[in-house]
Amino acid sequence: MKKLLLFCLIVITINQLNAQEYFPVNTGVKTSNEKFTAFTNATIHVSPTQIIEKGTLLIKNGKVVSSGNNISIPKNTSVINLEGKHIYPSFIDMYSSFGITKPKRASNPSRRPQYDASRKGYYWNDHIMPDQRGFNDFKFDSKKATEFINAGFGVVATHQQNGIMRGTGLVVALNTSDGNETRIIDTDATQHVSLNKSVSSLQAYPTSSMGSMALIRQVYHDAKWYAAGNSKTKDMALEALNKSSRLPIIFEANSLDNNLRASKIAKEFGLKYIIKGGGDEYNGLNEVLNTNASYIIPIKFQNPYDVSDPNMASKVELNDMRSWNQSPTNPAMLAKKGVTFALTTADLKSAKDFKGNLMKAIKYGLDKTKALEALTTIPAKLLGKSSEIGTLNNGSYANFLITSGEIFEKKTKIYENWVQGNKNVLVDMNIKDIRGNYNLSVAGKSYDLKVTGEIGKLKSEMMLDSAKVASNISQSNGWINIFYTPLNEKKTEFVRLSAPLNNPDNLNGSGVLTNGNPITWSAIKKAKEEGKVKDAKDKKSEDKKEDTSPIVMPLTYPNVAYGFKTKPKQETILFKNATVWTNESDGILKNTDVLIKNGKISKIGENLNDSGAKVIDATGKHITAGIIDEHSHIATTAVNEAGHNSTAEVTIEDVVDADDVDIYRNLAGGVTTIQILHGSANPIGGRSALIKLKWGESADELLYKNRPKFIKFALGENVKQSNWGETNTIRFPQTRMGVEQVFVDYFQRAKEYDALKKSGKSYRKDIEMEVLAEILNKERFITCHSYVQSEINMLMKVADRFDFNINTFTHILEGYKVADKMKEHGVGGSTFSDWWAYKFEVNDAIPYNGAIMHSQGITVAFNSDDAEMSRRLNQEAAKAVKYGGVSEEEALKFVTLNPAKLLHIDDKVGSIKVGKDADVVLWSDHPLSVYAKAERTMIEGVTYFDKDTNAQNIKGIQSERNELINMMLQEKNKGMKTVAPKKKEKVYFHCDSLENK
Amino acid sequence: MLVSIGITAQQTPAPKQTTDYTIEGATAHLGNGEVIENSLLMFSNGKITFVGKAEMKIGRRGTIIDAKGKHLYPGFIAANSTSGLVEVDAVRASNDIRETGTMLPHIRSIIAYNTESKVTESLRPNGVLMAQVTPRGGTISGTSSVVQFDAWNWEDAAIRVDDGIHINWPSRTSFGRPWRGEESGPKSNKEYKKTVDEVRTMMNDAKSYLKGSKSPKNIPLESLAGLFDGSKTLYAHGGGEKEITDIIAFSEELGIDKLVIVHGAEADKVADLLVAKNIPVLIDRAHRLPSSSDEDVHLPYKTAKNLIDKGVVVGIGIEGQMERMNSRNLPFYAGTYAAYGIGKEEALKLITSNTAKILGIDDKVGTLEVGKDATLFISEGDALDMRTNILTDAFIQGRKINLETHQTKLWKRYMNKYNNQ
Repeated sequence: MKKLLLFCLIVITINQLNAQEYFPVNTGVKTSNEKFTAFTNATIHVSPTQIIEKGTLLIKNGKVVSSGNNISIPKNTSVINLEGKHIYPSFIDMYSSFGITKPKRASNPSRRPQYDASRKGYYWNDHIMPDQRGFNDFKFDSKKATEFINAGFGVVATHQQNGIMRGTGLVVALNTSDGNETRIIDTDATQHVSLNKSVSSLQAYPTSSMGSMALIRQVYHDAKWYAAGNSKTKDMALEALNKSSRLPIIFEANSLDNNLRASKIAKEFGLKYIIKGGGDEYNGLNEVLNTNASYIIPIKFQNPYDVSDPNMASKVELNDMRSWNQSPTNPAMLAKKGVTFALTTADLKSAKDFKGNLMKAIKYGLDKTKALEALTTIPAKLLGKSSEIGTLNNGSYANFLITSGEIFEKKTKIYENWVQGNKNVLVDMNIKDIRGNYNLSVAGKSYDLKVTGEIGKLKSEMMLDSAKVASNISQSNGWINIFYTPLNEKKTEFVRLSAPLNNPDNLNGSGVLTNGNPITWSAIKKAKEEGKVKDAKDKKSEDKKEDTSPIVMPLTYPNVAYGFKTKPKQETILFKNATVWTNESDGILKNTDVLIKNGKISKIGENLNDSGAKVIDATGKHITAGIIDEHSHIATTAVNEAGHNSTAEVTIEDVVDADDVDIYRNLAGGVTTIQILHGSANPIGGRSALIKLKWGESADELLYKNRPKFIKFALGENVKQSNWGETNTIRFPQTRMGVEQVFVDYFQRAKEYDALKKSGKSYRKDIEMEVLAEILNKERFITCHSYVQSEINMLMKVADRFDFNINTFTHILEGYKVADKMKEHGVGGSTFSDWWAYKFEVNDAIPYNGAIMHSQGITVAFNSDDAEMSRRLNQEAAKAVKYGGVSEEEALKFVTLNPAKLLHIDDKVGSIKVGKDADVVLWSDHPLSVYAKAERTMIEGVTYFDKDTNAQNIKGIQSERNELINMMLQEKNKGMKTVAPKKKEKVYFHCDSLENK
Repeated sequence: MLVSIGITAQQTPAPKQTTDYTIEGATAHLGNGEVIENSLLMFSNGKITFVGKAEMKIGRRGTIIDAKGKHLYPGFIAANSTSGLVEVDAVRASNDIRETGTMLPHIRSIIAYNTESKVTESLRPNGVLMAQVTPRGGTISGTSSVVQFDAWNWEDAAIRVDDGIHINWPSRTSFGRPWRGEESGPKSNKEYKKTVDEVRTMMNDAKSYLKGSKSPKNIPLESLAGLFDGSKTLYAHGGGEKEITDIIAFSEELGIDKLVIVHGAEADKVADLLVAKNIPVLIDRAHRLPSSSDEDVHLPYKTAKNLIDKGVVVGIGIEGQMERMNSRNLPFYAGTYAAYGIGKEEALKLITSNTAKILGIDDKVGTLEVGKDATLFISEGDALDMRTNILTDAFIQGRKINLETHQTKLWKRYMNKYNNQ
């Protein structure tokens, strides 16, 4: 196929249009041609579902005049007979950067961060460029156009793929004959948004995808405010955005998670996004369907990994292997689910790879009509151009393909691709087929010549009296060329023959012998014989091979290692004879039964019975409430928005990662609820995500129902960038003194904002101020990362001044020094059991901190801030016994009831009490003991981890890996391209992590 | 309670043992797998003089400590540690771990060991009383020494000076650096052979040098001598199956007698070879994450079992996240290994007798046996379990050490503040 395409690269195009009527002509006489072209006797696919057999298509001036069976053909018509051939509307790629060069990456030799925008007169953020027009950067690229044309495309939409708001894109016909005046169908047809910053500016904000999301939201608020005439100054970016507001919006998301994020914004603002997906939508089909969005789907499929070296093979993770195996099903599954989508060549190295991958998608179940729609009517509709492109309805552009048969059959060839009435020849449809067996007579010798292969890529086999003769045959421009090395020649020399292809049954031509003497030759085609039979047999076995449907591994929830084959369900479970740590006034109950029913703790007592319950003997074992981690950074794709010193506008809820294996690992350590906190890159951080670890559910389903609102604040070395290197010394604040002023400034402004808002006067909606006002209005709680006593004391005083309370100090390593003041303020402490010595500000951190604060009546929790520690927080709780002598019963509360209290969810979780959520853990041993293992972890009556299933999982992963590795090795032996093994280096986040996943 | 804070660092070292001690009634965990219930242990002049049952009718000597219901252990040893080389991780000025350069066998950790470290001090109340202090830079990192934690200066601290040379054995797999425009993911390390050859060349150079006149003097080559005369151990830090196999062949080729594998992530795959060649492994601490998403979530807890079941001698090395401050959790790493298949006494060996053997100090420490240093402690309960690891008494070479620390002082100071309010 590749060679064939190369052969076709020189596409012949014939201009049928004329210069614009009002333009002067300086090179000759002014001409016009009003001729018609008719294509007769073809199977015309006017649209994917409307087919005319033996019909006529009549075009003029680049547009379809009519089509049908009884078309009257005007006299001035060129007629082309397409007997046996098909006509299809040519394809549309609505997502490309065709003809648009990406701007150069900005450089910064000083390495100092840039916080302000470079552009003046535009929005405050350089990455917001709705004023950008793809049209301005557009330069028709004939070479790329040819690639598209060869792949069957007639029209592409293209835009500048740079920035978060990227401005407008244009729609252009791949007309290589005429100028932009003809081929540009619409200069501003679409508007574009992404989560990715512009490469041409180094402005720091946003540093994270949640920051990008917040920024997009704020821009929409500001555009509305600006449109109402509220701004005192001009903003060319907002003006441009308002001007293009009616255009379809294409959001480059590029992954399932980002698809859902885009959809979330769209829903908030009542917008309809067309989402450019990532090809991984099959991992969450229901969520994708629920977005109600239309999609643009790439068909870039992973090559198999080279797993021949077992050492390297061991580095490839199961989810990557699965993605190789499963992703070709993506288009088919989307189609079956009823998701509206267009297909795109985007993400492919070249449009040349498109057909191969499309055929693969069809082999993996994509319906052919759906495929055609995804390449014609759907993109046309999404672009708002259904009357011009995508079908061969009257009045549409004459953009169509002439093919040898049904378009998505493997053997089908595209002969011609007409764009705006201009013919592009891909394969000469009038080419003579000379395949067959010949008697070749040259210089008195008679050879058997067998011509096979494909038209355009012929193969020859030459025999002289059963001896093989090395030979080569080719066909070009209506001529046949043969050269061969005659037998018994000492040197490798060639006889060269050529002949015009008038009659394929009888070739007559001239040539040159090895000695240079000219000769004439002839080749007579033999009657059909046994050769053909063999061909037929070959064909049969080939078909058979193709028919074997591919083996696709089943999806799991989530679709990674340790995912569930079917989602686990709520059960009624009766634990018998356990030691139950109630965390209530009952204390620790021995030999007690616990009944779990309807997701709740239903009964606690002795000799309980329930006829429908699954009974679990818990003799010698312990039951506790699920562990709650007040400070976690797992299950998120971003931790810090570090671009500003205040980022209340961002929320971790936007970036929850439900597929993170650390969720499962935490469950294996008895953890059921976590607060995913923003990091500590700035004094005012982002909002938290409070989630339950319901492994297998979507990110939205993980979020705690009716959750209280939280935000992360931070103090100390991290916020003043002490350990960020020598270039990060310009962002305010750089000292603890400055930190106080950041808070005072923002709360003062929030207070004024809130007063204005409540006054009923018009105001500019500011997400950051809205969030801070929630704090002032006691609707949102602060968890503040803190170390030394001075800053802890300071923040409490700032809160006092603005009449609210700090809810929780997290880390709070010097809390023991101001425990009395904390108690008075009413703030809780969520600390490390024993961390210290990693920074200067933890010099006086002591493991007795928890015990001391507890002794002063403060609600104390131990948290992890660490993916490793979080899976054994019970052991950390035990350290409160060791360091400071907290009772065992109280120590366990440090990781269960107390964090529940700090998170204001102790009405539902944190203790074993009738009526509370059945978030419980069955331990093999005393839960504070280093020897204790979580044997079963339940959330709302659903078992998300248990030791037996885990053992099966480990075996299952091994056997699935093995199966996939064997499949890849088979592919490799077939000669498929393979790629080097990859392993995503997992990123483990802490408070100070600045990277994104 | 009056305590002075401020620049005072570690507790003042205890004076040499002058009175004898008798510890009676404890459950003695000898460190070699044996347990004596209701035990009797006596020590004089820094050495253990008696270990047996309390029922023994034998004269009790010196101060008698009634340890009924309590547990007696040999002092724990943190191998592959950097205790005393860094005080505050984020303060560069306090960091003495990595020398610049690649071939640094002459770099000696012992002279940088800070006996005044407050971090090291905080290990003692958890029973961690000794450590191997290890440099980490370069390919050949330098020479480690073993110290005890009650000393005025590094000379006092040393249990074994220059016990071995550490090498960061290259990995056969390298990882792409996307920030340098490389494709991410693992690939075959093209530098592997070259790096190994460089080390080999240096070792061979050392052998020739040592046979000759040694003039002019070559300091790095001279420092390698101990590897060839058996006085120093080669600690090869590496992990993969193929790498370990290569290391073993390399040491044999060069006539290096004492080899220890450090980390050994895939050591279980070459366990038979390790056993046959009598090569021990210093495994990583149990509290770490699996190396890939597919891996058994509990695999890090099972490393010890997987090797011990096959007969490999195993100790625990402490290297990892925040390792200085986390060294006090050494007993709990052993405890976690105990929970996952090896039992408490076997787990205890990982931080006592096995480590002592591996570090070549088993003639002095690692077990409660007559003739060995009285470096030991009494705990209220099981010292491998955090809730019962509560030390009442500890001795280093017979000296009764103070278990107060910078941290306990702050604890008491602030509790006093609140109690007096």
